[in-house]
Amino acid sequence: MPTIISVSNLTKSYGELIAVDNASFHVNAGEIFAFLGPNGAGKTTTIKILTTLLHRTGGEVLVAGADPATNSNDVRHNFGIIFQEQSHDDDLTCYENMEFHAVLYGIDKPTRTKRIKDMLTYVDLWERKDSLVKEFSGGMRRRMEIARGLLHHPKILFLDEPTLGLDPQTRNYIWDYIQKLSTTENMTVFFTTHYMEEAERYADRVGVIDYGKIIAIGTPTELKAQTKTSNLQDAFISLTGHQIREEKPDPHASIKRSKKMGRF
Amino acid sequence: MSALYILWLRQIKKYFRNKARIVGAVGQPLLFLIALGYGLGPTVEQSGITDYISFLVPGIVGMTILFTSTFIGIELIGDRMFGFLKETLVAPVPRFYIMLGKALGGATVAVFQGIIVFFLAIFIGFDISQVTLGGALIALTAAALIGLLFAAMGLVIASHMQDTSAFPLIINFVMFPIFFLSGALFPLTNIPPALELITKLNPFSYGVDAIRGGLVGSAEHPIWLDLTVVAGVTLVLLIIGSWLFKKIQI
Ligand SMILES: Nc1ncnc2c1ncn2[C@@H]1O[C@H](COP(=O)(O)OP(=O)(O)O)[C@@H](O)[C@H]1O
Ligand SMILES: [Mg+2]
Repeated sequence: MPTIISVSNLTKSYGELIAVDNASFHVNAGEIFAFLGPNGAGKTTTIKILTTLLHRTGGEVLVAGADPATNSNDVRHNFGIIFQEQSHDDDLTCYENMEFHAVLYGIDKPTRTKRIKDMLTYVDLWERKDSLVKEFSGGMRRRMEIARGLLHHPKILFLDEPTLGLDPQTRNYIWDYIQKLSTTENMTVFFTTHYMEEAERYADRVGVIDYGKIIAIGTPTELKAQTKTSNLQDAFISLTGHQIREEKPDPHASIKRSKKMGRF
Repeated sequence: MSALYILWLRQIKKYFRNKARIVGAVGQPLLFLIALGYGLGPTVEQSGITDYISFLVPGIVGMTILFTSTFIGIELIGDRMFGFLKETLVAPVPRFYIMLGKALGGATVAVFQGIIVFFLAIFIGFDISQVTLGGALIALTAAALIGLLFAAMGLVIASHMQDTSAFPLIINFVMFPIFFLSGALFPLTNIPPALELITKLNPFSYGVDAIRGGLVGSAEHPIWLDLTVVAGVTLVLLIIGSWLFKKIQI
């Protein structure tokens, strides 16, 4: 399988803080790749660099054959993203938010009329399409943003904790759609989540990042075998430890972690 | 092209949904018109200007456009704070279009607001019979250019701001001087040389002059000069702005 995202020795620092620390990994075209890690591990930062929103401090990155820092327009033609944090306009209606996106992504009128209707129906918002989004609940907004992200069928879809706060039924339902789209359109999916069962069920491969460093990468089966655990949740905890994470990483972290790595 | 249109359309929709803003942005210019027109008018008229309201109205229309268009900068910071900017910045649309679409939206809204103030000025005593069709078109062109110029300026200033806290400073120390030192409120004859230099470097002076030339036929410079200066500065700001937009990181 050809590589569609390749990251080597990627580093990003915010002043003193090293958010991504010499990370290397690749993602194959058409696969579903889960990028897992505790809070503050550097997942969102990595996604921002891959999606042209942030410039890296060091390393090499190629997304669909182009460098997001220098060739951002080429990269932008090849991906779609559902952000971790809200990214819609409250003062527009649900339909207007969808249409704004579709037009920016150059979807022609007949296709966009149909897709907007299909997607909003799919996430059960069609009846509310003309409401201002400021009247929506958190879950409705999330569903709208997911529907919007799926409008233009990109080559690569980034999802940063897309299902956070949604009930299990909705999560399953949305994942089924993404999986189907990935198969029929050979769409690559790069996602982060805190729901390990999502990663276990849908991901072809999983990368684990902690304190900005990639600490494990492989299929769910490989990670379970490597950690001698029976599910991905236990594998994840075994890899990243029991400690509860704040958003800011612990300054002694890298020392502690390197000791832990010694056990492998 | 359609990307530019949808970016523009969004600004227009947001504006018309915000009734408080429409009223608010008319209030201040009206206050200036009434207070200065009725309060200062009689005194000014003794010193040579025959009809102060005719002099003042183009200046106040210009003022409305100046402040309304700069406000697009605050909207940009709002887009950043509420997350919407990310959505536009990852789209496969050159950043120059994103900047231009917003600037055109801001300018359209500002011109519309200026037109409202113009028509309200008739009730305050502005003699509309002196306006010719050709003159009105010149004034409209000037209004559109000022709108675009200061929308671009607002975007340039705001493009790398994380929140709106510095914006009042900009209004006080940049926009008010631009407004007061422009000939919008009083003629620039017999002012100290230092001030005169500032007014000559101030693009808003030329914009107001063109509106005045169009509406009441008493411009200081030739209209072509006014419009060229405003258009030139607008172009420079759009270029700087698109460069700054390219550099935006989130
Ligand atoms: N703009 C920023 N300025 C300073 N530090 C930041 C900024 N954005 C993220 N960070 C820090 O970088 C680290 C990684 O953050 P992030 O990539 O958001 O983690 P994750 O998405 O894995 O939870 C965190 O410690 C976070 O506090
Ligand atoms: Mg995150």
